[in-house]
Amino acid sequence: MTVVNLAEIAEKTRQRIAGISYRVLICTGTGCIAGGAETVYDKFIGMAGAIPGIDSVEITADGCKSAGTGVISRTGCHGLCQKGPLVIIQPLDTGSEEIFYCRVTPEDVPEIIDKSIGSGDVVERLLYRDAESGRVYRSSREIPFYARQKRLALVDCGHVEPDSIDDYIMRGGYAAARRAITQMTPENVCDEIIASGLRGRGGAGYPTGRKWQAALANSDDIKYVVANGDEGDPGAFMDRSLMEGDPHRVLEGTVIAAYAAGAGYGYFYVRAEYPLAVQRMRRAIKKARQAGMLGKGLFGSRFDFDCEVVEGAGAFVCGETTAILASIEGKRGMPRPRPPRTTKRGLFGKPTVVNNVETLGTVRTIIEKGAAEFRKYGTRSSPGTKTFALTGHVLHSGLIEVPLGITLREIVYDIGGGIPDGGKFKAVQIGGPSGGCLGPEHLDMPLDFDSLPRVGAMVGSGGIVVIDDSACIVEIARFFMEFTQHESCGKCIPCREGTKQMLAILQDIVEGKSEPGDLELLVETADVVKTASLCGLGGSAPNPVLSTLKLFQSEYLAHVDRRYCPAGVCVALRTYTIDPSLCKGCHRCSMKCPVSAIEGDKREIHRIDVAKCTKCGICAGLCKFQAIAAV
Amino acid sequence: MGETTSRPAVTENNTIVIDGRAATIGQQRNLLEVIRSVGINMPTFCYHSDLSVYGACRLCVVEIQGIGIVTSCTTVPDPGMVVYTNTAKLRKIRQITAELLLASHDVSCPTCPKTASCKLLELTTRLGVGTVRYRSKVQKLPIDTSSPAVVRNPNKCVFCGDCIRICEEVQGIGALDFAYRGSSIQVLPAFGQGLGEVECVNCGQCANVCPTGALTVKNDVERVWQALHDPSKIVAVQVAPAVRIGIGEAFGLAAGEAYMGQISAALRHMGASYVYDTAFAADLTVLEEGTEFLNRVRAGERLPQFTSCCPAWVKLVEQRYPDMLENLSSCKSPQQMLGSVVKHELVKELDKMPGDIFVLSVMPCTAKKFEATRPEFLTGGNPDVDAVITTLELAQMVREAGLDFASLEPDRLDMPFGFKSGAGVLFGATGGVAEAILRFAGESLTKRRMNINQLEFHQVRGLKDTKEASIDFGDVKLSVAVVSGLAAAQRLVDDVRAGRRQYDIVEVMACPGGCICGAGQPPLKDSSARVARQQGIYRIDTMLQMHKSQENPYLQQLYTNVLHEPGSAVAHDLLHTHYRPRRRTGAYGADLPAEEDYSEGDIIRVEVCVGTNCHIRGGHDLLHKLIDHIDSTNAGHLVDVSPTFCHELCDKGPTVCLNGEILERCTFEEVAGKIDRELKQRANRSSDATGAVQDER
Repeated sequence: MTVVNLAEIAEKTRQRIAGISYRVLICTGTGCIAGGAETVYDKFIGMAGAIPGIDSVEITADGCKSAGTGVISRTGCHGLCQKGPLVIIQPLDTGSEEIFYCRVTPEDVPEIIDKSIGSGDVVERLLYRDAESGRVYRSSREIPFYARQKRLALVDCGHVEPDSIDDYIMRGGYAAARRAITQMTPENVCDEIIASGLRGRGGAGYPTGRKWQAALANSDDIKYVVANGDEGDPGAFMDRSLMEGDPHRVLEGTVIAAYAAGAGYGYFYVRAEYPLAVQRMRRAIKKARQAGMLGKGLFGSRFDFDCEVVEGAGAFVCGETTAILASIEGKRGMPRPRPPRTTKRGLFGKPTVVNNVETLGTVRTIIEKGAAEFRKYGTRSSPGTKTFALTGHVLHSGLIEVPLGITLREIVYDIGGGIPDGGKFKAVQIGGPSGGCLGPEHLDMPLDFDSLPRVGAMVGSGGIVVIDDSACIVEIARFFMEFTQHESCGKCIPCREGTKQMLAILQDIVEGKSEPGDLELLVETADVVKTASLCGLGGSAPNPVLSTLKLFQSEYLAHVDRRYCPAGVCVALRTYTIDPSLCKGCHRCSMKCPVSAIEGDKREIHRIDVAKCTKCGICAGLCKFQAIAAV
Repeated sequence: MGETTSRPAVTENNTIVIDGRAATIGQQRNLLEVIRSVGINMPTFCYHSDLSVYGACRLCVVEIQGIGIVTSCTTVPDPGMVVYTNTAKLRKIRQITAELLLASHDVSCPTCPKTASCKLLELTTRLGVGTVRYRSKVQKLPIDTSSPAVVRNPNKCVFCGDCIRICEEVQGIGALDFAYRGSSIQVLPAFGQGLGEVECVNCGQCANVCPTGALTVKNDVERVWQALHDPSKIVAVQVAPAVRIGIGEAFGLAAGEAYMGQISAALRHMGASYVYDTAFAADLTVLEEGTEFLNRVRAGERLPQFTSCCPAWVKLVEQRYPDMLENLSSCKSPQQMLGSVVKHELVKELDKMPGDIFVLSVMPCTAKKFEATRPEFLTGGNPDVDAVITTLELAQMVREAGLDFASLEPDRLDMPFGFKSGAGVLFGATGGVAEAILRFAGESLTKRRMNINQLEFHQVRGLKDTKEASIDFGDVKLSVAVVSGLAAAQRLVDDVRAGRRQYDIVEVMACPGGCICGAGQPPLKDSSARVARQQGIYRIDTMLQMHKSQENPYLQQLYTNVLHEPGSAVAHDLLHTHYRPRRRTGAYGADLPAEEDYSEGDIIRVEVCVGTNCHIRGGHDLLHKLIDHIDSTNAGHLVDVSPTFCHELCDKGPTVCLNGEILERCTFEEVAGKIDRELKQRANRSSDATGAVQDER
């Protein structure tokens, strides 16, 4: 048993960094790494001796240790991935504002060192510039993208060093776990979480405290906690960013959950496609174990807890609560019917709490600051904040955390900066591939766990894809259907066969091969898949189709009845025609048409044989007089 | 109160309301069973009362007031529940489900072997699915005919998983599992091999539970007709005890009635020259196996003695318990004994070549098809049994011949091999072999004639999967175990190996309930049919004049004229065999590196077998200890320790291949010692070499 003195570690860390005058934070979230953040980091390290305040650096397993008053740190995701690689110069002694640089390349590094570290100037071209107003922002705090957010789970993401437990402890880490374990009973902890109203961030929104309580009520000797980090939605990266950017926060939440539920062992089920998250969680666990935050008799109590990382098996369905357990047990990742709930019979037949990574990442704040503080954000039935991955046709895409109950308008226009390139807002797909679509009429609706299902959508994993009017809604529905159909495990008939047939119908619609009655059959099938499927994947798979059918029925009808795609996206439905008033009979198009579908003598008006035309669009691109257009 | 709930007042404790009628929950395990208990035939694909609840077909959906739509198979009935089984929504779900299944099904009902009992066909008819509106893009997958017992047609699979669960849960084999996902899902043997190439024991229970034509019993009827119509062939038929009890059900007759006379008449009508009874060979087995057992007891040899009548069980032992093969009786199964004796005798009597005699077996069993093809049972290149058909295949032939089975005038059997004692017939039910042997061993041990009241051993009867009895025969106390179902058998064997249980003799039958419930029999309508079949077997024993194998006069005659005495050299030649360890899978064998790969000074290669058999014996542990050992001696660059699969010495595991030499029954100390010595030798050699170089300088 190790009794950890957190205050001592924090104090030592504080002393160690007392002489530090500034930090260079280089975002090494996955988005920034893809943009070249590692080369930027290497450039800073390479120039170490030439950086004022840094005499030399040594690269250790814990990161970069420098001699002098400056520190170079790699951090997790800052959220504004679209503008990455991000570099922040953070002065610690003067109290002056940080400098937030976007799209930094290694070539920019000498200039940054020269101006921002040496003389306190800024490199203006690298600052964030608002596209519309042209205003330039020095600090991230003022940027509209950040200004409207409220960060509870992500509060330290991008600031704390993910691989340094000392840094985490210095920022108050593990004090909540110690408080829970040494000063609260498991019942108290459950009660506090229930009072906070925290609901599962994985999508279904089940009250977290109730789940823990249910597991606690089971008197089994062996119980488990499973952190669900199998974030499979295309375009979603909330859990990933949290695990990569602040792994100890997730781990601390897990320790508290285990204590509250009476569990002695835990598993982090992390997507194998997230190598960095796997690595950082593994390191965090190792260091926490070394520091006495995991193991026997935590904080001098009689509570034992340890955990490990299990890499996901590569299937979307493995994010489903019962499938995840099957996968950890080494079985095929297939859901089983519930009840019994996992809190009664879960992993290896034992009571198990399965919580999403973000849910666990929120726990520390609640224990630290109290349920009342948490309830200051969000709505009555959906308190707190929620992270979303904002993507699609929006000016600023990235990772955001906002109070629940925020309107779609605020997210799309204030945080996201609106639709780029003069596009018009058409819809958002919210909650991942099995979420639903919201249209312009929902822009001012508050987003929370209860309001979304009422309009056929869900919070789901928290992906928000903004769609502008250049997109075909049927094609969007088809795309999501293709995903869920591909990821269906194949166990129950409605999901396996139903999604396949729904996809086939949608495919035919966008290819102009639909038959009368197809839309009715689509709805009929969707209803059965929704009500009769075994697990949540099938139960929600028809959402995109059903919600778009409701909002954009006319667009579907145009495809089916008139063989016409209003957005002009569906190639098979295009009809190319030549405007006789513009055609000069130059022969250019007819000479290049690969199927000789264009007829007409020289200097005569040409015409396209619709039967022959393969709708490749070459002619429209060639015409110098804009006489050819697709309708 | 009355305002807030709309529950009818009739609900009492332990009662629910189904479609407005009260129903007692009773001892039913789930809501589906309760619904069926009140006479509502809820359709299902994946629900099977003997297997775990799977909840995948979604056909048994019901609407529960206050809860909504759920599957009844996964719902625990709570007193007071108000359940509806046939609402508009539920009808829609079932209809769409059937329509969806049909869209991706290879619909070829007239030629499908399962047409008579296909659940998909029944469901479609019941639900009145008029048209299939969906796109039907059936991509044909190849049909797996590699197994001599079971044909797998993936194009007809509905993925209910019944086959997977019966193979895993009831038989403990796990030869099938799901592969791929979504609409690409398939039910496949390991690595996509054929069923005939994997550890499938050919019990056929998967084909028995399969609701469609995806898994069916291999049909050999055509070969049999060819033989019957070939004037140069003399067809001698043997009929197993369970067949006479099961065949009636195939013609809609009551379960449990015996129809041996009708079978004989039908076979003769179709052109069989001789009709014999496998029960005669069962009597023969009793004497041979009983004598072998008594010899083991007297000589203090390995016990328990396991029966070897069931070919599925024999294959399991070959695959999983190669070191227990010595415990298996060396007797051939009754089918093979009779085949061997019939050919031996008819060739002499009719002055024919063995190839002219065609021995046909009618069996309740699919594994017998596999057994007949085993190389052990070829005599001079000629199989002892030429073809095996199941009870259902015989019924098919009867229909094809246009015979009205029920009204056939019963015919006699041919002598001498048509005569049997009641003991021989008992072989058809679980516990029967043990009981027949007890009737023989009892008399041998006590040297006293057992009277009619001492013959029934009720401790070994019944349908429980494992039965135990301890029986006193004078000074000797025999401990007997009877097990049916291979999962139960493996639990028992594991206990025996671990020393937790001790027996003298163990009877194993692969199919739960024994041969009467074999996969070649008509599908069981309900559990009462199983009881009726068992009672039918015991009734035959009661009705026959003789109850002990040793009293069969034709058998005594056979010993006098041919075999001399049980266990004689001739008997061994004709009636006994020997089994060898068998690999569980055909593919993915370990290529053993050739010895010349290891020139001096090369890395020392240590390959530890982690195949299942070696794993059970500590292969994994050994591997890890060796890796740790090499790490701790800092010899990682000189020694390469790696896991490998099967060296095909499963009974001598764990095995290790050390630089090409295979070491058997390895312990860590032994292997580590050898590696250390090898390292030392090399170190000495290299220091000698350096020394020599220095000397030269």
